[in-house]
Amino acid sequence: MKRALLPLLLVSMALPALAQDYAEVSLADPRKEEQALTLMDSIRCVVCQGQPISGSNADLAGDMRRLIRERIAAGDDPEDVRAMLIGKYGDWVSFQPQFKTETMPLWLVPLFALFAGVILVARRLKRKGKRWVGSSH
Amino acid sequence: MKRKLILWVPFGLCAALFIAFFIGLKNPADHVIASKMVGQPLPEFDAAPGIPGQPGAATRDFKDGKPRLLNIFASWCVPCVQEIPMLIRLKDAGAEIDGLAVHDTTPDLQAFLARNGNPYTRIGLDSAGKAQIAFGSAGVPETFVVDGQGKIIYQHIGVVTEEDMPKLMAMLGARP
Repeated sequence: MKRALLPLLLVSMALPALAQDYAEVSLADPRKEEQALTLMDSIRCVVCQGQPISGSNADLAGDMRRLIRERIAAGDDPEDVRAMLIGKYGDWVSFQPQFKTETMPLWLVPLFALFAGVILVARRLKRKGKRWVGSSH
Repeated sequence: MKRKLILWVPFGLCAALFIAFFIGLKNPADHVIASKMVGQPLPEFDAAPGIPGQPGAATRDFKDGKPRLLNIFASWCVPCVQEIPMLIRLKDAGAEIDGLAVHDTTPDLQAFLARNGNPYTRIGLDSAGKAQIAFGSAGVPETFVVDGQGKIIYQHIGVVTEEDMPKLMAMLGARP
């Protein structure tokens, strides 16, 4: 009897969660809510544009938050949800630049600058070292 | 001499960067977000009827060989009122227009259509914005042209005006 009641109990616990609007209400699982929030912070509100959807009052931003929480609650990977939104609205909807041919300079220029800096400093130090050696004589 | 000139290069680069930032600050970006769904098959959606006596809007209605419009609108949207006469003219020319009412209610829709006229063959309620996101639509009004095979071929962002009529008529195969 007890065993038969358990599923019923679980369903009745889940019911209030179903009635909640995920645009404004957190997911019950804190780990999933964390994933959802991180994603929301990096998705641009397409109405107000300067804001992420996590901090926007626009209806459409609420719709996107709901969609994100629903998909993550269903077990989707946050990056898949981001890719889905980029597929609808383009790269601009994501505050996080993607790694692809057009964005290559964005990722490579800092590396290149660091590399060039190291070479410059190394050469300078070498020359200075030689001078010191020279002056000691 | 050459070495001295090279020393100025980082300074010059920094100055150029700051000028670019300054110009960017003076001209804030105002992007029109075009849907990436243009050229793609219609997303799956099935929106419940918005008003009694008229069917809702769904993907399956767009595959009968006839191009048609999907107009994303709302009764609370002020510029949407402005384009209704254009949509009515398109309808009178033989075009079929399905409407998707975003964040709307049946009484509000009924009042809106009674006041402005009803150019729609079907009206679906998209109360949670799900279909709107599936279309990659960033606001109201927006109008999509869907060919007879269920592929989105064009997106018009904003109010449909007189200047847009010839293009839309041509795409829909309608005669003014």
